[in-house]
Amino acid sequence: MANGPPAVELVDLRKSFGDHVVLDGLTLRVPTGGVHALLGQNGAGKTTTVRILATLTRPDSGTARVAGHDVVRQRRRVRRAISLAGQHAALDDGQTGVENLTMLARLAGLRAPAARARAAALLDRFDLADAAGRRVVTYSGGMRRRLDLAASLVGAPSVIFLDEPTTGLDPRSRQGLWEVIGELAGAGVTVLLTTQYLEEADRLADRIMVLHDGGLVAEGTALDLKRRFGAQRLELTWRDAAGLAAAARRLGDRVTHRDPARLALSVATDGTAPQVRGLLDEVDPDRHGVVRFTVREATLDDVFFTLTGRPASPEREVARV
Amino acid sequence: MSELTVRPMHAAVMIGRCVRLSRRNIDALLTSLLLPVILMLLFVYLFGGAIETGSAYVTYVVPGVLLLCAGFGAAGTAVSVTTDLTNGMIERLRTMDVGATSILAGHVVASVARNAVSTVLVLGVAVAIGFRPAVAPLRWLAAAGVLLLFLLAVSWLSAAFGLLARTPEAANGYTFLVMFLPYPSSAFVPVETMPSWLRGFAEHQPVTPVIESLRGLLLDTPVGTAPTQAAAWCLGLLALAMLLSALLFPRRVA
Repeated sequence: MANGPPAVELVDLRKSFGDHVVLDGLTLRVPTGGVHALLGQNGAGKTTTVRILATLTRPDSGTARVAGHDVVRQRRRVRRAISLAGQHAALDDGQTGVENLTMLARLAGLRAPAARARAAALLDRFDLADAAGRRVVTYSGGMRRRLDLAASLVGAPSVIFLDEPTTGLDPRSRQGLWEVIGELAGAGVTVLLTTQYLEEADRLADRIMVLHDGGLVAEGTALDLKRRFGAQRLELTWRDAAGLAAAARRLGDRVTHRDPARLALSVATDGTAPQVRGLLDEVDPDRHGVVRFTVREATLDDVFFTLTGRPASPEREVARV
Repeated sequence: MSELTVRPMHAAVMIGRCVRLSRRNIDALLTSLLLPVILMLLFVYLFGGAIETGSAYVTYVVPGVLLLCAGFGAAGTAVSVTTDLTNGMIERLRTMDVGATSILAGHVVASVARNAVSTVLVLGVAVAIGFRPAVAPLRWLAAAGVLLLFLLAVSWLSAAFGLLARTPEAANGYTFLVMFLPYPSSAFVPVETMPSWLRGFAEHQPVTPVIESLRGLLLDTPVGTAPTQAAAWCLGLLALAMLLSALLFPRRVA
């Protein structure tokens, strides 16, 4: 596996709908195996990327390859290697769980007995065996998503795209789905999921790619990204707005976060006592402007807002870590 | 175009799916059955006494009701196709490399099967209230053939319309269009009784030769060129529908 083509390879991918540019020269690479997250806000281009990879949308220019096959010229081969679970679970309400899966397994090329066996095994694995004979219309939201994930496995794909797999689920169902997604990767499948939930990317993904305005702005493990863009920060709360403004002037672009409503700003720190003491002396020499200080661990939130909070510049710099 | 190739296995699975879903959609099944029966009773008992057709009105009107039933039921295909488009099912099938023709064939064949059954039921009610067709097995077969061809054409046209409609509700509008087409035809009253401008339309629209074929074949009266005209209309519409859906499908799902 290690020497095979990457699971996904995008080079300078562009796509517009009318005047609206959705993908603006997206280049990225997803190695085989593991769970990879495309993280971004609504409109960042996540769904369009997945739709292009799943052969549902044609790119305007650039190349997209899945498991070594071009998504436009070798569509058939791509389709044989992938599966897609979308934002809404595409299942027949009028069929039972087992009927849905058996049907999809047969479409994936299995003969009837093998299709039934595959359906039964998947229902078991996704904890749906008890509901197998019930029509999907009676399923809860979480059960539908699990069945949808099971459905995406009928053809034994090597790359699975999950487009916002837990959007709209209650926290408990989301937790359950996370476990299932983790298991998929354990079975040797490459999972590429899109999400706008930082927590989800943090929990699930081995690698995170941050998408903003149709381009890649950062990629790496959750830990890498936190180290690179967040690390630890010292949050200082000021007595009044004048003190805050003076400190902000003194620190200049060393300020990493501003929260004027709470009269607070943050600056990078390594968390050691001498460094924190030095910083305090530097920004508040009279020792009466700062009323409180907190050393905060970076979260993926910090990374995300550091990366996407600022307006996108034309010469976007891709940070690789 | 890979979208248009049919793999027999895919088509067979899609047909099985649509038949199963049709069987379970009790509401739609009852509507497509009850509506024509109610209309038939309405026409026979309410208007029948006042309409002069030269024979018992029930005998005159049954072929029209059969066709109304068939057309209305087949038009429902539009709703199922649009539903598949809007709930993501067609996208899932496309990523599994199931072609457009297989997907649409599933809906069309299920529609023909469903409506063949409801036609037989409506015919049963018609016999119960006094419809007496002639005993001519070969002509019955020919009538069944004409009706099946009509069902096929309307079902495929509906499927094409389903690809055009943005919501299942909009697709539902199409059923009303098909529902009204039999009225300005020879289905319920002889076209000779219509004003000349309407008569011109009634005589040259596809429903009239289909009705005339059914009527002649079931009652064992001369049919002239009606079956040929009916077949030509149906095959023409079928070809148009297939062409339309081939053009619409890639647009709608890309």
